[in-house]
Amino acid sequence: MMALRDNGPLLEVEGLTQKYGHQIGCEDVHFSLYPGEVLGIVGESGSGKSTLLRCASGLMQPTAGTVRFDTRVDGLQDIYALSEAERRMLMRTDWGIIFQNARDGLRMNVSAGANVGERLMAVGERHYGSIRDVSSEWLEKVEMDLGRMDDLPRTFSGGMQQRLQIARNLVTKPRLVFMDEPTSGLDVSVQARLLDLVRGLVRQLGIACIIVTHDLGVVRLLSDRLMVMRRGRVVEQGLTDQVLDDPQHAYTQLLVSSILPV
Amino acid sequence: MSMTQEAQPWQAPEHDKPVEQVEGYNFAYLDEQTKRMIRRAILKGVAIPGYQVPFGSREMPLPYGWGTGGMQVTAAVIGENDTLKVIDQGADDTTNAVNIRRFFAKTAGVATTEKTSDASLIQTRHRIPEKPLTDDQILIYQVPIPEPLRWVEPRETETRKMHALEEYGVMHVSLYESIARFGRITTAYNYPVQVNGRYIMAPSPIPKFDNPKMHQMAALQLFGAGREKRIYAVPPYTDVKSLDFEDHPFTIQSWEENCALCGADDSYLDEVITDDAGGKMYVCSDSDYCAERREAGHVGDQGEPQTPAQKGAAE
Ligand SMILES: [Zn+2]
Repeated sequence: MMALRDNGPLLEVEGLTQKYGHQIGCEDVHFSLYPGEVLGIVGESGSGKSTLLRCASGLMQPTAGTVRFDTRVDGLQDIYALSEAERRMLMRTDWGIIFQNARDGLRMNVSAGANVGERLMAVGERHYGSIRDVSSEWLEKVEMDLGRMDDLPRTFSGGMQQRLQIARNLVTKPRLVFMDEPTSGLDVSVQARLLDLVRGLVRQLGIACIIVTHDLGVVRLLSDRLMVMRRGRVVEQGLTDQVLDDPQHAYTQLLVSSILPV
Repeated sequence: MSMTQEAQPWQAPEHDKPVEQVEGYNFAYLDEQTKRMIRRAILKGVAIPGYQVPFGSREMPLPYGWGTGGMQVTAAVIGENDTLKVIDQGADDTTNAVNIRRFFAKTAGVATTEKTSDASLIQTRHRIPEKPLTDDQILIYQVPIPEPLRWVEPRETETRKMHALEEYGVMHVSLYESIARFGRITTAYNYPVQVNGRYIMAPSPIPKFDNPKMHQMAALQLFGAGREKRIYAVPPYTDVKSLDFEDHPFTIQSWEENCALCGADDSYLDEVITDDAGGKMYVCSDSDYCAERREAGHVGDQGEPQTPAQKGAAE
């Protein structure tokens, strides 16, 4: 399903630049993301893709440029012009962030159910039974065993921890989810099942997604559009199939032909 | 002066005899500049109910954990006309309570008392008196760990931000965990509260039984944490709400028994082992409250009648 574009962009990134001293993290990045659209960002390590994700997701203020999000109440807003309280509220309600390392995205000292329920409690849900019901629903949606709802995340496998992160983020029905190498470090078969799950959920729920990865297989499966980054700059972007099947930039051609270790 | 003197045997509550102030110490031990600094922190705390104000905690002639935070607050607010009561676990006669009371009797020359109603200042560890306090009294809590968010977030910078942005979802996460594991909220002491609809506050390790007394209390409530260098406050007549869920509302401890000595059915009871065979009885933890009730003629199952009228009636 292609994203509907009648309503304008959900996220608009313009001139995004992040410098670390004289070093460039990413430079002059522009893109728009529409509701329900999945954007893949690929590149080698050091290409600036992770810096871009951090800046676009509200985790790190860029040196220059703007990140505007279509807020439910006030329309397109520069997220770094919001107060910190507003930005953090946005990040835990209308956004989700799935980290590569589950430890960065989960509370390891509380149960799976509490991990999923936390966002509900953060926005004021005060009925234990309802929190429990909604958490159960989400654990089922990410195909986790409900019998393990009260277990601590550290007792779960890597793949299950990622599923738990997904449930924890999706419980407030965010419109935008950022994923940073969500399947890296997992066994190939576990990866495949997780990718299937993610694909099903984002399509079913119409969530817009930005996925940063070094794995072209991941973006081939999940993303509508693709951005290829090198040395902090976007060298090519377009529809995923187009970019992968008919790469125009010499660097993309190298990537696709797997000559470069990505 | 020595803080290691033996506790005096407990006697029926009455005014302690005023002790002559010891020479060579500043009034209430701390120098005036330090007291002013602490008072400024207190005033800020009163202005922002439940907000933890950092202060330059001083050394007191007692180790941390013995109430040095509470003592510094007491030293900063006490005046020569004050009457001081000190409670430790509800009792006035523990070594800690006796030492603190004697400390201020010697360094400030103030009168001390074991009677709640006679005190203008009450420094406490672990209890709030059963008898409702009045608006001419100040209750000063000794606090070991002032930060209610510490269990989930070890970084001070982050907990300060969570307070500033009112990001308190994690407090309910801890209550959720308790219900998920045990079927109910098991937190019995230091049960977290929200003050004036804003700051989440640790009430210090009082039993949750005492939490409702904090709500709309007529007396000013001050909290001092010496080791952690924090002061906070609840002004008189302020809302203090214990956190809970709609379907798991906050409840206080209750007992099937009444106090064995005074028969009270509305006070916090301690279990007391009476013999080697496992015999036990329940008595008021607030020793002044219990004594006052017995003086007034109330008798529990195992209590001795105290007034001639009662004695006569029992025979
Ligand atoms: Zn009693």
